Amino acid sequence: MPAKENSGTGTLAKQDAHAPETIATLEGQPLGPNRGMPLNLDWVRAVRVNTSAVERRAQTLITRRTVKKDWQAAWLLRAISCMDLTTLSGDDTEERVRRLCAKARRPLRQDLVERLGIAEMNLTVAAVCVYHTFVETAVRALEGSGIHVAAVSAGFPAGLSPLAERVAEIRRSVEAGAHEIDIVITRAHVFNGNWQALYDEIAAFKQACGVAHMKAILGTGDLLTLRNVGRASVVAMMAGADFIKTSTGKEPTNATLPVGLVMTRAIRHYAQETGMAVGFKPAGGIRTAKQSLDWLALIKEELGPSWLRAEMFRFGASGMLGDIERQLEHHATGRYSADFRHPLA
Amino acid sequence: MSIVEKFASMDYGPAPEDSKDARAWLDQHGRRFGHFIAGKQHKPAAEEYFDTNDPATGEKLASVAQGSPVDVHAAVNAAGAALPKWQKLGPHARARYLYALARLVQKHARRLAVLETLDNGKPIRESRDIDIPLVARHFYHHAGWAQLLEQEFPGFAPCGVVGQIIPWNFPLLMLAWKIAPALAAGNTVVLKPAEFTPLTALAFAELCSEAGLPAGVVNIVTGDGSTGEALVKHPGVHKIAFTGSTEVGRAIRKATAESRKKLSLELGGKSPFIVFEDADLDSAVEGLVDGIWLNQGQVCCAGSRLLMQESIAEPLLAKLRARMATLRIGSPLDKAVDIGAIVAPVQLDRIQRLVAQGVAEGAACWQPPTPLPAKGLFYPPTLLTGVHPTSIVAQQEIFGPVLAAMTFRTPAEAVELANNSVYGLAASVWSESVNVALHVAAQLKAGVVWVNSTNLFDAACGFGGYRESGYGREGGREGMLEYLEPVWFQKAPARPKAKLPKAAASGIEKTGAPAIDRTVKLYIGGKQARPDSGYSMEVRDARGIRLGEAPLGNRKDIRNAVEAARKAGSWGKATAHNRAQVLYYIAENFSARAAEIAARLAAITGKKQAEAEVRLGIERIFSYAAWADKFDGAVHNPPFRNISIAMNEPIGTVGIVCPAEAPLLGFLSLVMPAIACGNTVVAVPSEAYPLIAGDLYQVFDTSDFPGGVVNIVIGHAGELIKTLAEHADVDALWCFGDDALCATAKSLSASNLKQVFTNQGRAIDLFHVEQGEGRWYLQHATQVKNIWVPYGE
Repeated sequence: MPAKENSGTGTLAKQDAHAPETIATLEGQPLGPNRGMPLNLDWVRAVRVNTSAVERRAQTLITRRTVKKDWQAAWLLRAISCMDLTTLSGDDTEERVRRLCAKARRPLRQDLVERLGIAEMNLTVAAVCVYHTFVETAVRALEGSGIHVAAVSAGFPAGLSPLAERVAEIRRSVEAGAHEIDIVITRAHVFNGNWQALYDEIAAFKQACGVAHMKAILGTGDLLTLRNVGRASVVAMMAGADFIKTSTGKEPTNATLPVGLVMTRAIRHYAQETGMAVGFKPAGGIRTAKQSLDWLALIKEELGPSWLRAEMFRFGASGMLGDIERQLEHHATGRYSADFRHPLA
Repeated sequence: MSIVEKFASMDYGPAPEDSKDARAWLDQHGRRFGHFIAGKQHKPAAEEYFDTNDPATGEKLASVAQGSPVDVHAAVNAAGAALPKWQKLGPHARARYLYALARLVQKHARRLAVLETLDNGKPIRESRDIDIPLVARHFYHHAGWAQLLEQEFPGFAPCGVVGQIIPWNFPLLMLAWKIAPALAAGNTVVLKPAEFTPLTALAFAELCSEAGLPAGVVNIVTGDGSTGEALVKHPGVHKIAFTGSTEVGRAIRKATAESRKKLSLELGGKSPFIVFEDADLDSAVEGLVDGIWLNQGQVCCAGSRLLMQESIAEPLLAKLRARMATLRIGSPLDKAVDIGAIVAPVQLDRIQRLVAQGVAEGAACWQPPTPLPAKGLFYPPTLLTGVHPTSIVAQQEIFGPVLAAMTFRTPAEAVELANNSVYGLAASVWSESVNVALHVAAQLKAGVVWVNSTNLFDAACGFGGYRESGYGREGGREGMLEYLEPVWFQKAPARPKAKLPKAAASGIEKTGAPAIDRTVKLYIGGKQARPDSGYSMEVRDARGIRLGEAPLGNRKDIRNAVEAARKAGSWGKATAHNRAQVLYYIAENFSARAAEIAARLAAITGKKQAEAEVRLGIERIFSYAAWADKFDGAVHNPPFRNISIAMNEPIGTVGIVCPAEAPLLGFLSLVMPAIACGNTVVAVPSEAYPLIAGDLYQVFDTSDFPGGVVNIVIGHAGELIKTLAEHADVDALWCFGDDALCATAKSLSASNLKQVFTNQGRAIDLFHVEQGEGRWYLQHATQVKNIWVPYGE
């Protein structure tokens, strides 16, 4: 379930004399929020990723795990609770955003909620993700729901506007009430192996975020090699990202399981080395209920059940909810459903 | 538990595969099966049956016929009767049948997978996603070989009736590996499935009927080891193909020694899994999951010896332990289970005993806290650290989910540790450096090397071992050759008994001063050597007149020669061009002395044969000089993004007992292909005229020939062959002689399961190019190593 108030995450600003709060556990070890660390280039350069082996693991992982019946329904509900319901189109309007927010509050038809016996859960999605322009609209529309508003920022999706403007954009979104900021990195820094510049940029964004939660979008479809993905993940975490996120949804390929595997393994390694937990958000290209189950299984296998919460894991998706609704109706009624039977987002 | 609670727990929950259809199939048969002989269910003659059980539950699945020698006889007769018609059908018709079998396997894929899991205990994911798809793939691929047989294997004929014995770890897959190439080559088959897992073979028999396969082409006889023994010994069987334990492989080698049965063995392993410090460690851990925890580790090529570079040992082990804790153990029919049941109580006992012994010898045992199912035969994934090469768990095949971990410091030490085994089936090498990976892969004594991957199989790639992991390959072109023989070889008559000339009165004419005494010696390590015994043997010409003495070599001379040959191993690493140069130079120097060598040889063979031997001998050396850099391997095409290189590697040290009848040409026809391919040789020259050695080594000595590549020990073939056959450091034994000599070679070779190449007691016309030289010899002089190199960035 999403956090009901905007205070459940650690930030640089929150560091104080108290023992760090535990936000996740890995193999029995408690983990605190990510406070970042100095750039460690040895670590970055030591990242090894064997593409064929990673692809093989990704292929077989989803054939090794499956959930059926009530368990499947529960997992699909979990997917909804971890969803950043997203609209990032040139034709977005305030009304379109309000409609999305309404769906975020009530992602499932009430009769399905009752049939599934989950009324007590007050199921909502985790966040609504919009451009800066619509942050205030969304904040108003979601008031009292506990649903976060996430803004894409920092020159989304290309990340190529001047740094000062990107930082200012983040500040503006936070001031407008965004709880979460999805920033994009300068992919060129990765191609050039300019890890210091990448680190500095992300650290600057993180500072600008203040108390808001920062998700660092790596643009994995642009980075192309899995080794680049692995290295960029490490740098983003060192620079203080609360989440690392695969894609903008605008690259030629978006979230793939091999990319997810590389990023989750990087998160695991970082947690083991530093005792700090970083969240993960695959985004783009995730459209079906089956895919959501595959991703949840990947997270459970690679990071453990502690990451299967909105605090640590998000789906960036717009179309996936519709398919999950159909599957849940099938689960509840035994009959296959149709998309027009479910209210539009 | 409500959905809300499940939402909170995020457990997987049960995901059982429905076994209804498979059970209905068992019920249809009244849960009782006879053999499948001549296309029909066949009641066992002795009316004896045994039970086959589900190892996960102990439930009896069915009664299966216990095959007696009478049943085996009926099956072999049926296969023999079906043979002429099956061969007459021709390649295309046979291809159609194999294609139909591939299709039928796919059509019944799920029932076969469930049946396999019920009978064997392996997780349904594996039978569904690995075993059965590979079965279909094998029949597809071999439908292709059936179609192309005449174009691709001209001059070859099928062996005839093939007896096949398969293990319980991949029951239907091993059946496919055996039956598909056998049928594609035009053989008929009697197959005995493993006692623990006969059901899918019986289901396959029905598919044969459904495909309309002519009666008798495939026969299935179920039973225990005694049934297999009856099949091995049956005189109507022309070839035996066996997959199973090294001990049984040894017994089969001995049991078939006196016959002319062709033999291929795929035996045990203790395969190394080598992780270098620059490897992707997370991926290497997943490789281990696929390597040692596939099928509960009951895999002959399981990566059971983990060799870690010291610098990454601790982080790797930490990652490994964490991963082991997420392995799910439980009902094999559950679709989300990683580790199923051990096949039988006897196997579970063996695993427990070996692990206990390993711990007693100082290994630390770690198992994840995952609970095991309350009933059924289960064993947890197990990591043994602190293992040393001396430990039993580092040497013996455990055949269970048990990984023995050791460390190494350098690539050279990794290779040394990896090769420190009597086995040589497979190996896995993990490094992000293509230089390291391929450098190590080339040095490993293993028939299959997987780079940054493990347990990949495909019908297009040969699978099989070095050393005591057996010989012969399954899959690919190299696998097809196991089921074929040269037509001329099949037609060759029995070899006439060799006669040594009887002593006659000396006829040496004395004219003036006597000729200077000529002393021929042994030739060991590039030097002439007196025999250890201090004795000589008389050599007589064709008329029985004494020509002189030859040294009488004994077992110690063989020992010395093998040591010298082993030391000359760098010959195999020399470039093929370099070897060719040396061979050409031998021909050149030989040619310079052709007349005198022919003159001496004429005393034994007559002038005509002597001249022919010298002339063809020089040609033969030229042929193998030519071949040296042309008998190259292949790049296979498995359905993966990778390069699969099939390399023809030298076998190592080859003992060669030369035929008596053509002293010079016989020696050159066998020794030259062996050394052209990079082997080193211990040769026993013709007993009739061993003095030829004196001429040969003088030529070698003048030809830049490294010492020890060819060693010559003169003596009685019947004696020396025993020492060669039993010598553990001789990797292959070639013997061209009579039936008795061949039988001795085969029988005694079982001690280290060296590869044996004989004339099967047949008369081979070495003066005929088709019979005397070429690929057939080169194939015996090499073993194929398949190196899988996945790529992608």
